[in-house]
Amino acid sequence: MNEAAQHVMAVAKREWRAYFDSPVAYVFIIIFLMLAGFFTFSLAQFYEAGQADLSGFFQWHPWLYMILVPAVAMRLWAEERRSGTIELLFTVSVTPLQALLGKFIAAWLFMLLALVLTFTVPFTAIYLGSPDGGTIFSGYLGSGLLAGAYIAAGMFTSALTRNQVISFILAVVIGLFLILAGYPPVTDLLSRWAPMWLVDGVASFSFMPHYEALQRGVIDLRDLAYFASVIVFMLFATQVVLKNKVSR
Amino acid sequence: MIKAQNLIRDFGPRRAVDGVSFEVGKGTVLGFLGPNGAGKTTTIRMVSGFLPPSSGTVFVKGIDVAVDPVSAQKSIGYMPETTPLYEDMTVSGFLKFIAEVRGFSGAERNSRVDRAIERCFLGPVRNQGIDTLSKGYRQRTCLAQTLLHDPDILLLDEPTEGLDPNQKQVVREMIREMASERVVMLSTHVLEEVEAICTRAIIISGGKVVADDTPARLKTRSTKYNAVTLRAEGGGVAETLGKLPAVEKVQVLEDGRVVVFPKAGKSIAAEILATAQEKKWTVSDIKVDEGRLDDVFRQITATEDTKKKEAA
Repeated sequence: MNEAAQHVMAVAKREWRAYFDSPVAYVFIIIFLMLAGFFTFSLAQFYEAGQADLSGFFQWHPWLYMILVPAVAMRLWAEERRSGTIELLFTVSVTPLQALLGKFIAAWLFMLLALVLTFTVPFTAIYLGSPDGGTIFSGYLGSGLLAGAYIAAGMFTSALTRNQVISFILAVVIGLFLILAGYPPVTDLLSRWAPMWLVDGVASFSFMPHYEALQRGVIDLRDLAYFASVIVFMLFATQVVLKNKVSR
Repeated sequence: MIKAQNLIRDFGPRRAVDGVSFEVGKGTVLGFLGPNGAGKTTTIRMVSGFLPPSSGTVFVKGIDVAVDPVSAQKSIGYMPETTPLYEDMTVSGFLKFIAEVRGFSGAERNSRVDRAIERCFLGPVRNQGIDTLSKGYRQRTCLAQTLLHDPDILLLDEPTEGLDPNQKQVVREMIREMASERVVMLSTHVLEEVEAICTRAIIISGGKVVADDTPARLKTRSTKYNAVTLRAEGGGVAETLGKLPAVEKVQVLEDGRVVVFPKAGKSIAAEILATAQEKKWTVSDIKVDEGRLDDVFRQITATEDTKKKEAA
């Protein structure tokens, strides 16, 4: 294993443990599963709808992530800056890029673990009917990528401040924008007066069209590229902030 | 092994470090002294690669730290002033993490962590959470972290700050033991510490180097160096001594003792004794001052302060 990869791994391992050594991981996973279940079975009326698909399950994820993911990500840099450990981290031959990749991987894997633990929902659908396996897979793929994008945005706001509350709020706002920019009520409102290209331009920033395509079972390279580019952009922005701001 | 050239660091309009240059070789324990806010921590941070200088360069073993901090940091063990530690980890978990980041894994990692724990006397707390440690153990955990990769250079920012006298002694012993094969650069405002362990002292004030010498030689700069304090019965002691050619001035203390200050570089003890014998004084108490570092420190940094005030 080369040196850079080893640094990334070491940081990722530490972050991963930091989640599970504190109650954060357990509280988060339990709340996430409870809310996911509540939205799916009560609000979306999974049983009553009588359809063996998971749209009632996946359609809530952007909203769930908007609130919960910033709580997972807000610690990542704000805590390092508040406690001063960032001075330690950046003087033991670790580069900002390696550190942020390690943190991102740990936080994303943690979200993916929480997502995997929702396996009972598709199993219920499979038990009750015969849903399309491919659609379930692409739905999970979309949800996983969405979580990654939220994590990256949350990590960026975490690097901006040493205050976790501020980091949380900023991340929620970014999440809200990325949802609403493509949400039909908002695009409808916009399309009444704005030219079509502007509506499309704003909407193209949004998670929603890409996420919805994946929910329908359409795996389009452009949608994957969209999520990848959000993640890469946010990680890059984090790196810029770290390089400029950390050393005050 | 460390070469700093004309380091300058600005924070907004404030210049924290203003043209600091020095060079340190193996086997040196360099004490970095200065009043609070003099620029000690900023300078050490620039050497560590955490803070890029506004201008000037630091070379660590020939590597420009600002250009390639990662390589430079491989030969540096750095203990920041605030002893930051990951509160949620145990002592050994924390040290294992740093060892991994430093590039060790498996048995090699564990043996290095064990050695550092042993050297810093952390055995009793190795499985304890860092958030439950006392100040002394935190300090030593942070010190242990600097030793894992056997660096040639140790940068210790106020390593004994906040420790009790026994713990200070332990840490100083450790530093002295480690120094022979390395460069140790430590900052402090405790002057006794410099006398106890440093082979060289740099005093900085207002971001500038104002003195750079061995502690012993620095002491000779004290006006009290070789000053003689004596209690003598007889007539006109102060007046007589004041007329001796090598004497700068004479001061009579409240308790009747007389302090005789020599002119710079002169030794006057013998002369005073001869005079006392000649005049048949009864000398009941006599002491030659070795000079005190805190006097020198105050002389140097105080004049800097007044200069600044005059300039302002």
